[in-house]
Amino acid sequence: MSILLNKDTTFIVQGITGREAVNLTKECLDYGSKIVGGVTPGRLGREVHGVPVFDTVAQAVESHGSAIDGSIVTVPPGFTKDAVVEAIANGIKLLVIVTERIPRGDVAEMVEFANLHDARIIGPNCLGLIVPEVCKMGGIGGPAKDAAKSYKPGVVGVMSRSGGMTTEISSSLTAAGLGVSTAVSIGGDAIIGSTYAELMPYFEADEQTEAIVIYTEPGGRMEAQLSEWKQENNSRLPIVAFMAGKFMDDEEMQGMSFGHAGTIVEGKEDSATEKIIRLEAAGIKVVERIDEIPEAVKERIER
Amino acid sequence: MIFYEYEARKIVELAGIPVTKYGFCQTADEARKAAEEIGGPTVIKSQVLTGGRMKAGGVQFADTPDEAAKHAEDILKLEINGHMPVGVLVDPKAEIKQEYYASVVWDGTAKKPLMLFSDMGGIDIEQVAEEHPDHVGRGHISNILPVGDYEAKQVIAATGVTGSQLNRATPILAKLARLFRENDMILAEINPLAELTDGSFVALDAHMEMEEEAVGRQKNILRKELGIAEEDTRDTYVPSDFEKNVKAIDAADHRGVIQGKDHGFDGNLGLVIGAGGGSLTLTDAVRNQGGKPANYSEIGGNPSVAKACGLAKEVLKKDGVEKIAVMMSIVSNTRVDIVARGVIKACLELGKDPAETIAIFRIPGAWEDEGNKILDHYGVEYCDRSVSLWDAAGRAVAKIQGAS
Repeated sequence: MSILLNKDTTFIVQGITGREAVNLTKECLDYGSKIVGGVTPGRLGREVHGVPVFDTVAQAVESHGSAIDGSIVTVPPGFTKDAVVEAIANGIKLLVIVTERIPRGDVAEMVEFANLHDARIIGPNCLGLIVPEVCKMGGIGGPAKDAAKSYKPGVVGVMSRSGGMTTEISSSLTAAGLGVSTAVSIGGDAIIGSTYAELMPYFEADEQTEAIVIYTEPGGRMEAQLSEWKQENNSRLPIVAFMAGKFMDDEEMQGMSFGHAGTIVEGKEDSATEKIIRLEAAGIKVVERIDEIPEAVKERIER
Repeated sequence: MIFYEYEARKIVELAGIPVTKYGFCQTADEARKAAEEIGGPTVIKSQVLTGGRMKAGGVQFADTPDEAAKHAEDILKLEINGHMPVGVLVDPKAEIKQEYYASVVWDGTAKKPLMLFSDMGGIDIEQVAEEHPDHVGRGHISNILPVGDYEAKQVIAATGVTGSQLNRATPILAKLARLFRENDMILAEINPLAELTDGSFVALDAHMEMEEEAVGRQKNILRKELGIAEEDTRDTYVPSDFEKNVKAIDAADHRGVIQGKDHGFDGNLGLVIGAGGGSLTLTDAVRNQGGKPANYSEIGGNPSVAKACGLAKEVLKKDGVEKIAVMMSIVSNTRVDIVARGVIKACLELGKDPAETIAIFRIPGAWEDEGNKILDHYGVEYCDRSVSLWDAAGRAVAKIQGAS
C-alpha cells in the first residue's frame, strides 16, 4: 500500500497552462498518474498534453462526473489562497501546493479552512509526493524516466523539508535494496500544511511501511512535535533522521538565514544541536552522515 | 521587514492604539522643536535596527528643549553595534504607574497567531515566562474568523489583571492581534505598554516585523503611511561585495536562482552547490571532513549558463580560493549540462584550467550524460549518484589539501 495516494487517485492541476505546470503535467502523466483536468481562468477549452482545461474547479468536477481526489496548485503566490479554497470548496481533499513565497498568514488561513473541510494540504514550497511505480503528484523525482531510477517500491516512508533531498535520500534507499513506500516533500516554509507528526498516523496505518526516514533542518518546532508524537503514540515504526545545517550553530552564523525560509534560527531551541538532542531522547536515530541512512534503517527493521 | 521604533509606533497608532505624542527628528534643531511642543521632560532615543541602545548611551533623558537638542546631537553621531541611527525619537517622559507587555507571534505548530500578555512589562518576556508563568497569558486566534475583544480579555484576565485595567488593556491587545493579521506581521509587540498615573494606557515602545513575502502587498502602509522607499530592504547586517555581486547576477536573469553568502566563511574551497537542502548538507560534509568553505551558496531552479558561470566566477575571484567544488543532490529540473557549461566557462574566462580548478563535479540527474561529455572534454573529475554527497565532499577536500 501507500499513504494518501493509490493507483486510482484522480487529480487536477490548477494553473496548468504555466510553463512549469505543463512540464509537471507531462511528468505525472508519463508516470501513470490520473490527471483528469486542469484549471486556468480564461482558458476553457484548451488542452495540455491531452488534459482538458477549465476556467473553474467546479467545471472540472462537473466534467469528470464524480468527485476529484486531489489538486496540484501551481499558481502565483497572490492567487494561491483563493485557488486552494476553491478546490476545497469543490470537494477536493488533497492539495499539493508547489508555489513558493506565499505569506505564512495565507498558508495558515488555507490550513484552517482545510481542517474545517477535512482536507489535507502538502506544502507549500514542495515537490509533492510519490508512490513508486504507482503514481506521483508533483514534480518530485523529475521526468518519469528519472523518477524510475531513484524510486523503487519498498518499505521506507520518506518525509523531507527539502524537495531535492527527498530524491537523494530515496535514491540511496533504492540503491540499498530497501525501496520506498511513499515519499513526501513536505516543504521548507515556516508554516506548512502537513508536518512529520501529522503524517505519521498515515504511515503507521500503512502495512507496507516498516521504517521512516526524515530529512530536516534548523528552524521551527517540527522535530519537537515529532518527538512528542513518537513518545505519546507508541509507534511501531523506527525513525531515522538526518539533520542538515549544523554549521549554522556556529556563533558567527547567528541570525543569518540559509536555505529555506524556515531555517532562520531564532533561538537556541530550534538549532540543529537542540533538535538532535530532542530527537534522540525520543528514540529517533540521528545519523551523522547522509550516506549512513540506509544502513541505519536496515539495523532497525526486522528482516 | 523590520521597522524602526518610530515606524512601529506609527503602525500601532494607525491601528487605533494610543501612543504618546512623539516626534521623529533628524537634526538637533528638530529635536529642540519637538521637545518645545511636548513641553516637559523628554526622552531622546536613537533609531537603529539593533538592540542594546540603553547600554550604548542611545537613550537619554532631558528636562529642557536645549538639553534635548544636545542629547540628539550626540546620539545622532553615536554608532551602535556597527549601525548609525537614521534619526532620534523625542518622546515625553511618561509618568508610569505600571508596565505591561503585549505581543502577537506565530505558533508554527498550531499554525495560528498567538497572543501574549503579561502584567510584568518592560523586561525580557522569555525570562518572565520562565520565572513567573502565572503572569503570562496566552491565547491563539483564528486565521479566518474576526478577532473578538473577548479573546484578548481572556488572555489578560488569565494573568490576574482585573478592574479598569482589564477593560482598558483589552481593546489594545485585540487591536494588536488584528493589525498582526491585516499587516502580515511575524512579530507585533508593545513593550512596555504603560498605565500612566492618570489611569490611561499608552504604547511606550513597539517592535514590529513584517514578513518579507508580504511586503509587495502591503504597499499602502509601507509607502503611503510610513513613506518607506521601494529600494529600502533593511539588511540587518552589511552585505559583502561577494554577496552584493551574486545578488546582482541573480537579478539580471529570471531563469534559475542563485544565492551567495560568505559571512562567517573564509576558507580556500569555493562552493557552487545546491538543490534545496543539498547545500546545507554539503556545507556540513565539507567542514566535517576538514575542508574550509570559502562561501555558502545555492544554485537551482534550472539556471542559465550565464548564471552558473556568474556564480562560479564570483566564487573563484574570492581571496584565498584555490579550487571550487560543484555539487548538488540529484536534480530533476536543473540541467546538469547547463551547469557544467557555466562553471567551465567561468574557469576559462578567468584563464584557469577547468581540470585543475574544479575539484569535483557531482550533479546527478537531468541531462547528466550530456553534462559528462562536456566534463570529459575538459578533463574535469566527476561522479554519479553512486557516490554519496558525503564522499563527493570528501574527494573535494582531499584534493585541495593535496594541492596546498
